[in-house]
Amino acid sequence: MQTKRQYEVVFIVDPTADDEVSKLTESFSQIITDQGGVVTKAEPMGKRQLAYEINHHKDGTFVLLEIEGSGGEIAELERRMRVNDRILRYLTVRVDEDRRRAEKLKDRRARKAAKRPERGGQSGGSSRRGPSMEFAEASSE
Amino acid sequence: MSTNYEDRPRGGGGYDSDDDGDRRPMGGRGGGRRMHRRRVCRFCIDKVDLIDFKDVRLLQNYLPERGKILPRRISGNCATHQRMLAEAIKRARNIALLPYTTD
Repeated sequence: MQTKRQYEVVFIVDPTADDEVSKLTESFSQIITDQGGVVTKAEPMGKRQLAYEINHHKDGTFVLLEIEGSGGEIAELERRMRVNDRILRYLTVRVDEDRRRAEKLKDRRARKAAKRPERGGQSGGSSRRGPSMEFAEASSE
Repeated sequence: MSTNYEDRPRGGGGYDSDDDGDRRPMGGRGGGRRMHRRRVCRFCIDKVDLIDFKDVRLLQNYLPERGKILPRRISGNCATHQRMLAEAIKRARNIALLPYTTD
């Protein structure tokens, strides 16, 4: 059985519909749970200026959702957001794979640190690469 | 943040962000006054495993005035982190956290 996928969904709500933000967030969360997903985090990021205009809006209200599920609920959610003209923009990013990878790197680092508590025992052992590269750089100048 | 990477011949304006061909552009001779270069990857030093596209503060350091992604021959990033950074910047651009261009 494959593990659940994790997603981060960020969407921008029309700033003139500020009072609808919580309602929209609620309804989107409802869509996810209806489809069998889990909303692990629903966090308003607040109103901020857009880096460029979208539909003649200079700013917008950002909301972050973290979702766990199979992927089908994302399709439904995006469909809903696309037709809703209160939503200026949305972005879905799958994060579980990257997070797993980061975790693995962290583990590896921890293991390495545990294996070799003291650093640079032999002369130039740990920094072998550094000086030689510097030398190459210096000679070319 | 140094932005003088204009001393390179630029064919037709834009350049690809993933230029892994030439690590050392001029061999140090042509430039003359070269800015001090950080030869190290900041992300490696800080042991960053994941670059979040929502972290605008961080990403902005790698976006010069023009809004283009700072090439790694300037920033000194390692290939892995430059890739992660570029990805994050592109995502941030998509949801209007960062500009595509500024003029």
